[in-house]
Amino acid sequence: MRLTRSILSFLAMVAMVIGLGLSTPVAAQQGAAINPTAKSVTEDQLLNALKPGSAAEIGGRVSIPDVKSSTLIRPAGREWREFHQGTMHLIGGIAILGMLALLVVFYFTRGKIMIPGGPTNRTITRFGGFDRFVHWTTAGCFIVLALSGLNITFGKAILIPILGEPAFAAAAQLGKYAHNYLAFPFMIGLALMFLIWVKDNIPGMIDVQWFAQGGGLIGKGHPKAKRFNGGQKMVFWSVILGGAALSVSGWYLLFPYTAGGVLNLQFWNVVHGVVSMLLIGAMLAHAYIGSIGMEGAFDAMGSGEVDLNWAKEHHSLWVEDEMKKGVVPAAMQPAE
Amino acid sequence: MARMKFLCDADRCIECNACVTACKNENDVPWGINRRRVVTINDGKPGERSISMACMHCTDAPCAAVCPVDCFYVTVDKVVLHSKDLCIGCGYCFYACPFGAPQYPKVGNFGSRGKMDKCTFCAGGPEADLSPAEFQKYGSNRLAEGKLPLCAEMCSTKSLLAGDGDIIAKIYKERVVKRGYGSGAWGWKTAYKETVAI
Repeated sequence: MRLTRSILSFLAMVAMVIGLGLSTPVAAQQGAAINPTAKSVTEDQLLNALKPGSAAEIGGRVSIPDVKSSTLIRPAGREWREFHQGTMHLIGGIAILGMLALLVVFYFTRGKIMIPGGPTNRTITRFGGFDRFVHWTTAGCFIVLALSGLNITFGKAILIPILGEPAFAAAAQLGKYAHNYLAFPFMIGLALMFLIWVKDNIPGMIDVQWFAQGGGLIGKGHPKAKRFNGGQKMVFWSVILGGAALSVSGWYLLFPYTAGGVLNLQFWNVVHGVVSMLLIGAMLAHAYIGSIGMEGAFDAMGSGEVDLNWAKEHHSLWVEDEMKKGVVPAAMQPAE
Repeated sequence: MARMKFLCDADRCIECNACVTACKNENDVPWGINRRRVVTINDGKPGERSISMACMHCTDAPCAAVCPVDCFYVTVDKVVLHSKDLCIGCGYCFYACPFGAPQYPKVGNFGSRGKMDKCTFCAGGPEADLSPAEFQKYGSNRLAEGKLPLCAEMCSTKSLLAGDGDIIAKIYKERVVKRGYGSGAWGWKTAYKETVAI
């Protein structure tokens, strides 16, 4: 056995030597075409050869096992920095401060939207326990995720002067862990919200009418609506689509070795940043109209029981459907 | 004050990787991290060159700009250093760096990178100069001892130069003039927004 192997390897060596002997003249021929004093490649040449979209890196071969280190220069990092330190701050500032300003203006011009004819003493069930559990799980996670995310972007400028560097770094570290772990209940909540509410959120002609009439926010009177009106459908789809974008991009940032390189991580980071800033802005409006912006709205997600007059005003068709199904509005429990 | 820079004369580099080894040994660099590496471009083709690359200690460093906890600082010699006590391992410096310098001791997913590690220009960290704590976290502080980074000091062909930018640029220019060619100061445009005019 051993003998066979050594004979084989000897034969292989002979073959190699013959092969080398045969290939030498070929190499010599090629050598005549190669100018050994040719100018060496310069960094400029290689940088100029970098085309946007194709390869944004100058790389080569390394003899150490870490393949990632074979990238020599990656100028794209500078563009990501420009985005991260400039454009994203601008988008975030406009989305969040702009929305807050808009809401303040809206509150002082339109005021709190009251229930026309005032509250009755009868309520109707709008969201059951499971609906509310899913909503608040997702919302609670979103608040922590938003704050810890904003901290990564704006904390340096706002909180370091107040807390000092060591305390801020400790807080940011905690925030990072919270962000990483709460991402999972957030994603589960997102999926559940999609499953339980998608059937009532399919856009239709009724939503066009709703928007045409200003949704009852602007102007007088209130358009008809089923379980969810046009505005709520917009909130639903921005949460579902925005949340999906955040989940996918966040997944890659959380598992960086599945993203396939730094350039992809930069891309996912851009997606994560832009979508989260816009979604935070949208959620500010959602939180406003669901609490201080409208009388009776909070009950839908608070106790789950909404006032009958509120329901008739905002979801007239839904109330009719519920009545047909035989749902009887309950008399409100007297306050104890 | 000196403005510390690295310059790799690619026409001299023989890819011996002594700089890589010297750095790992001198700074007791953790497993899996190479603060310096030698990249060979056009491997096996005419015009093949090897370049030793590490943190370039950029002017207006991108890593420092994007760090969410501001853990970077610049020494009087314009060496870009960072504090591992403040670092939260978010990975942003690694996204922003044009030279792939920031690395992490753990390759685990789920935000478990550990504290970032990179070339310190053999200048230690924020701890007291030459203290055991400084060595444990950042490696040696040769600058405090009046010496230059070991990678360049050990370079067998003196391809890798480290020191005051003006002085090493002058050495490189003299070489280029004498031998008649040069592939340029790799990374200088990206790091310092200037290059060595020849």
